[in-house]
Amino acid sequence: MSFDLNFIGILIGAIMASSVPLILAASGELITERSGVLNLGVEGMMIIGAISGFALMVVTDNLFFAVIGSMLSGLILSLIFGLLTQSLLTNHVATGLALTIFGIGMSAMIGKNFVGIPGKEFPLLFLNLKESTPFLGPIFFGHSIILYFAFGLPFLTNYFLKKTKTGLIIRAVGDSPSSASNQGINVKLVRYSCILYGGAMCGLAGAYLSLIYTPQWIENMTGGRGWIALALVVFATWSPIKVLIGALIFGGITISQLHMQAVGLRIPVQLLSALPYIMTIIVLVVISRDSRKIKLNTPTSLGQIFYKEK
Amino acid sequence: MEVQLIKIEKRNDVSRSIYFLTPVLAIFLTLFGGGIIFYILGFNPIEALKFFFITPISDLYGLSELLVKATPLCLIAIGLSFCFKSNNWNIGAEGQLIFGGIVGGGVALLFYNHDGFYVLPVIILSGAIGGMLFAMIPAILKTYFNTNEILVSLMLVYVAKLLLDYLVVGPWSNPEGFNFPETRQFSESARMPILFEGLRIHAGIFITLITVFLSWLILYKTYLGFQIKVSGLSLKTAKYAGYKGKTMIIIVFMISGACAGLAGVGEITGPIGQLHRNISPDYGFTAIIVAFLGRLNPVGIIFASLIVALTYLGAETAQIFLQVPKYTGQVFQGMILFFLLGSDYLLFFKIKFLGLKKNEL
Repeated sequence: MSFDLNFIGILIGAIMASSVPLILAASGELITERSGVLNLGVEGMMIIGAISGFALMVVTDNLFFAVIGSMLSGLILSLIFGLLTQSLLTNHVATGLALTIFGIGMSAMIGKNFVGIPGKEFPLLFLNLKESTPFLGPIFFGHSIILYFAFGLPFLTNYFLKKTKTGLIIRAVGDSPSSASNQGINVKLVRYSCILYGGAMCGLAGAYLSLIYTPQWIENMTGGRGWIALALVVFATWSPIKVLIGALIFGGITISQLHMQAVGLRIPVQLLSALPYIMTIIVLVVISRDSRKIKLNTPTSLGQIFYKEK
Repeated sequence: MEVQLIKIEKRNDVSRSIYFLTPVLAIFLTLFGGGIIFYILGFNPIEALKFFFITPISDLYGLSELLVKATPLCLIAIGLSFCFKSNNWNIGAEGQLIFGGIVGGGVALLFYNHDGFYVLPVIILSGAIGGMLFAMIPAILKTYFNTNEILVSLMLVYVAKLLLDYLVVGPWSNPEGFNFPETRQFSESARMPILFEGLRIHAGIFITLITVFLSWLILYKTYLGFQIKVSGLSLKTAKYAGYKGKTMIIIVFMISGACAGLAGVGEITGPIGQLHRNISPDYGFTAIIVAFLGRLNPVGIIFASLIVALTYLGAETAQIFLQVPKYTGQVFQGMILFFLLGSDYLLFFKIKFLGLKKNEL
């Protein structure tokens, strides 16, 4: 076994690529949850984004439309969720679950005619630098624009939530919708916006999968990544920067599974795959047992229906 | 300027008949919505719906298949109704089903060359205990560490799936099976008796029916059932009345896990007859829809399980006749739940018109 520096660089690049859909979806869901809404439909919105992006790419032959379309389709699906949970005051858990089930079914129906069509090459940036720079090249260069966006997003999200007025309003709504409402904040509007933003990001995460990561359409191709993204938000205790770190860990586990098999290490692949889920449970226990910690981090009203007598 | 004042307030008097009729409304809206989707995809909507909902159950074999699929769905949903009624969000029934299947299957493999009347009951019991223990993880973490049961039970689904995968690929794979990811076939005495020659309907349906009856007894005739319902309606009242909240959380999770475990063991000893990677087509998740559609009521859940089982069958038929993917069934399942939850709004809230009022600035 020989590990040269360049190989490690390529490995890190691969880990980064596999963590992109998780970062995007989890960052979107993080904003949604910060406003007090628990949307379990991440997997459904991702897969709808994946098929819409791919279908639009095939039909219009334009990657820009494909990416925008995937975000719109995620947004439309989240709008259903918004209408139900915010206007018709339905239960968040049940509605989100219905959204995932519906999304998986719908994507398969739309995708029926797109199975087996080869994808298009997505433009990668700084390819020449990737080749010419040893070790750092494969890490920093030769990625798609969506990857660069994804890696900037957690920092933007962090700044947005902590330093801007809108961010403060979102957190206020998530922590105490009734106080926020008494302050004259339109809770419904804030929550709708956060839900739609989350939907668009999940759609984009799906498009990354079907346009760039594995450029083709396969039924159920998100393969549980939406659920991992949900776990990731909790794992990160609702902090955007920790989402980035968590996504890299989860992505690293995915990539190392592939390499473990190649190297022939005798750890069951399934144990490695289960680690992210087990770690999430452990993190959940650690942050939840201390009521102060949970108050500091969790949006207090998460998943609760808020309605104001008018 | 005059404005119409509207007040939306919670109804305190929900009519029981409407309460059980809205699911029917939701089903009709789903059929309508499904027709539109089929039309957009270029099918004749009436024809397509016929393939989906009538063709599958137009012969005896189809009816038997309907019951084969409704058996686990109903069983899991009954268990979930205990959790949901008391505001405990166990959404990991799929994991509890798989873990029950693993434990029951393990026992079945131990007995693979045994014969005897005791084999099947031992397997069934161990499956129920397996599901129960697995469900106790989120329950105990919730009661002692205050963790969110939604996320924990969900995470455990994947842990159970991966454990099953590990077992059927590795240590439990059939030694004569050419490395296929499956175990040995279980022995005859480890299989659920088939009720009618040539059909797949098996004795598991009696387990489901007995469970439905017992749940009805517990929910409506015992003090425990009363406590569960009160905690669901108002946690404050339950606390004030001095109910032991922690014990109750653990009990409802145990019941629900045992039911899911029974469903898992029913599948592997019934239609499947061995362990492999896909012992459940997401029955654990779909049962959540069944529980809601049945209004968390034992009788309602029986009807709901038949309807949702039909979406599974319909998707299989439509796959053959219309060449649509088998996931189409999930479109209907999702829509049913959307419409049901949405129509509840009219049920629990009423819109009051308070008349015109002068708007003074």
